[in-house]
Amino acid sequence: MIIYIARRLAQSVFLVFGAITIVFLVLRVIPGDPASLILGSQATAEELEAKRQELGLGDPLLAQYFRHLGEVLRLDFGESWRLGGDAFANVLERLPATLTLAGYALALTLLIGFPLGVHAARNTGKAVDRLVSYLSLTGQALPSFWVGIMLVLIFSRMLDILPATADGTPLALVLPAFTLALPFLGWLARLVRNGTLEELGKDYVRTARSKGLSERVVFNVHVLRNTLTPVVTVLGLVLGNFIADAVIIEQVFAWPGIGSLMIESIVNRDYAVAEAAILLIAIFYIGLNLAVDVLYFYLDPRITLETV
Amino acid sequence: MKSKAAKAATGVLALFVLVAVFGPMLAPYDSVATGVSDRLLPPGSTLSDGSFALLGTDQLGRDVFAQVIAGSRISLLVAVTVVVVGGLIGLVLGLLAGYYGGWLDTVISRVGDMQLAFPSILLAILLAGALGPSLTNVIIALAVTRWVIFARVVRGSALSTRNREFVDSARVMGAGSVRIMARYIYPSCVQPLLVAATVQVGLTMVAEAALSFLGLGVPIDQASWGSTIAAGRDYLASAWWIAAVPGIALTLVVICVGVLGDSARDGSDNTKVAVVR
Amino acid sequence: MSALLEVTDLVVAFGDVRAVRGVSFSLSEGETLAIVGESGSGKSLSSLAVLGLLPAQARVESGEIRWAGEDVSAMSERELRALRGEQLSMIFQDPLSALNPSLTVGYQIAEMFRRRRGLRRDEARRRAVEAMTEVGIPDAARRVGAYPHEFSGGMRQRVMIAMALALEPRLLIADEPTTALDVTVQAQILRLLRHRQREGLAMVIISHDLGVVARTARSVVVMYAGQAVESGTVADVYIAPAHPYTLGLLDASPSARDSNREIRPIDGYPPDITALPTGCAFHPRCPFARERCRTEEPDLREFAPGRSSACHYAEEVLARGAAVDHAGA
Repeated sequence: MIIYIARRLAQSVFLVFGAITIVFLVLRVIPGDPASLILGSQATAEELEAKRQELGLGDPLLAQYFRHLGEVLRLDFGESWRLGGDAFANVLERLPATLTLAGYALALTLLIGFPLGVHAARNTGKAVDRLVSYLSLTGQALPSFWVGIMLVLIFSRMLDILPATADGTPLALVLPAFTLALPFLGWLARLVRNGTLEELGKDYVRTARSKGLSERVVFNVHVLRNTLTPVVTVLGLVLGNFIADAVIIEQVFAWPGIGSLMIESIVNRDYAVAEAAILLIAIFYIGLNLAVDVLYFYLDPRITLETV
Repeated sequence: MKSKAAKAATGVLALFVLVAVFGPMLAPYDSVATGVSDRLLPPGSTLSDGSFALLGTDQLGRDVFAQVIAGSRISLLVAVTVVVVGGLIGLVLGLLAGYYGGWLDTVISRVGDMQLAFPSILLAILLAGALGPSLTNVIIALAVTRWVIFARVVRGSALSTRNREFVDSARVMGAGSVRIMARYIYPSCVQPLLVAATVQVGLTMVAEAALSFLGLGVPIDQASWGSTIAAGRDYLASAWWIAAVPGIALTLVVICVGVLGDSARDGSDNTKVAVVR
Repeated sequence: MSALLEVTDLVVAFGDVRAVRGVSFSLSEGETLAIVGESGSGKSLSSLAVLGLLPAQARVESGEIRWAGEDVSAMSERELRALRGEQLSMIFQDPLSALNPSLTVGYQIAEMFRRRRGLRRDEARRRAVEAMTEVGIPDAARRVGAYPHEFSGGMRQRVMIAMALALEPRLLIADEPTTALDVTVQAQILRLLRHRQREGLAMVIISHDLGVVARTARSVVVMYAGQAVESGTVADVYIAPAHPYTLGLLDASPSARDSNREIRPIDGYPPDITALPTGCAFHPRCPFARERCRTEEPDLREFAPGRSSACHYAEEVLARGAAVDHAGA
């Protein structure tokens, strides 16, 4: 158990290094001179040269890489020329907004997706079941940024019941959280539906019935317990996807999170902030994957080290 | 039911390809041809020059229908090129990794892992942003993020085929590695590769539209569904059709691709696809 | 003495395919009946029908099931539920899949006391430990919180038995209770069941192996292709089978009859219930088969007091079986 967790942890550290490396390489291929990007077009030739020296742009790539690695590990991404101040601090400031949004989206996914899936499993072939299968097919395919805009069109512009952008009220969360949740809602419902159906066909269900337990107990205690385990574990992955998808959705709703900050920074070539933001998201993503694997151990008593 | 849906999807996609290829000849789109008096006209209006705007006009008086047709061309071009380029890279690397195994496999697989540890849209955004807006750069950014998926699929098939009897006997007969890969291993990878490609066509279209929506995709003078949607966002209250129409087109095409992919996959479980986007 | 359980002309069908085709048997208080047959013979379906636990696609098409004189098929789901566990219980072939993998065994046993008897949690748990001790699970107080996968196959079956007998039912239906277990454990479980039997528990024991039931049951029903082909007391059927299929089963069983006999499996395979042969369903595999067997379906007939066989040539089989047995001894 400890060995397994240690191995997964080492793997995750490797992946974080991988992410740092990939971002470094991508930012290296930027056409143009980072010094002039940082200083702007008014800078003199001497100032530019001094900045280049400071950034060590003349050094070999590998030397630059290791120096950069050290800086990243100290969370020193440099200054934001656009916002001023430390790039990482700027990103951290935006983190709570993204986490709130992703958390609400997760709650929505669970609160709607789970009952929907259970309902579909108990009414196979009926309208609910068809709804779930359409949702899971279309939900994943829909361009969610467009869905978000259409929701704004309907609920803000036409019906005028929900705010279109972050205005500080809790109601402002509804549309962006729902937009984030939609692709995974149908997916989760389908997962729950298939899982529930599979469980319902198992022998222990027949045993539970043979014990004279009511259908309600058979379902809520015996079946759901087994359906829940895989669901809880995929929720971590879903949360990771929400944080990634938020990059686009935040832009749609002008939500002041890391995602919109990242896009603004990239568009404005403020790469210190962009790098800090993208790495923070990547670390979240990798960390959640790790957490899911570890959690799985605790939730399913049958899993032993040999089966992993 | 399933085959009926697949037939309908094929029909829609055929229409989409026809429109993308020949459409611009029928309804030419000119990004600079603007008519101030024709701004924000609703669908079905007649323009000042007497022409008919089936889907209305945008904030600069350009025909939305023509924009959607021009956008379909970009969408198709990007999706097909990305899948072909990413598919070829993935095919070659997947074959090498699966056939040779050893350190080559380790390197290719680990690089793939690193990349998949990263939400792919993030990498595409970063790359597209760094490279600057152009059609070629969008294709590069998306192909870089897609090759891994193909490489994994191909590697899996290659791994399961390389120790089969007919491969062994070819080796005994003295066939070289390249020949074995091309003649014996490659055919077993085609089917799964095509299924993966179908799914990726849809995902790539959405990704391209997302990039263009964010302003990181194709340049402003080329109409993409994504950039038209972005432009329409500012006119939701007065001209909803600018944002709605290209999104409907995109959704329809992507769902049809999904239906086709589903029937191609036929029978295998597709509930797991979502998390590995 | 009136029958505790009486099944008459039971027909169970999946759609229009009949998997059980007119089976009758009955059982008195404290008595044990064995139902024997290969897999797919309909023996498990017959017993599931008694508890109203048929798979969703199957239904009782006709026939009657009476529990202590009352018609089970006329009972509401609520009335049926009250019977299950309380009056009649069931244990299954594979205790690993029959137990819920994510609930502790203690919970699954205690549930009987909590939900059916309304006992408090700690009281129910105490009773669960008692029940586990009673079926011979060592160190029950500690193992009550363990999950099914942490037990061995034999211990799991003991858990199943403890659970099924928790509320002291009058009848236990044991569906292949020892098939998944190795021989020593098999004997232990059978001993445990026989012990309960002596205390007055009635049992229906279902098996494909005549040897397993030989010393447990008093009477036996042999099933083939959804029908009873022979019935009688175990002693009679054992010594002098009157149906070629029973004869074949005895020859195929390693534990039945003399140990120095050659084990000989029955030729061929159990029939496909969707495409039964004409005439006697067993005729393609039967060494006694004649022209009549291909065309005319035999009825189950009582050829001697307390003994029935569904073979046109029951008497001939009887004589042959006795002769072979005589020669063997």
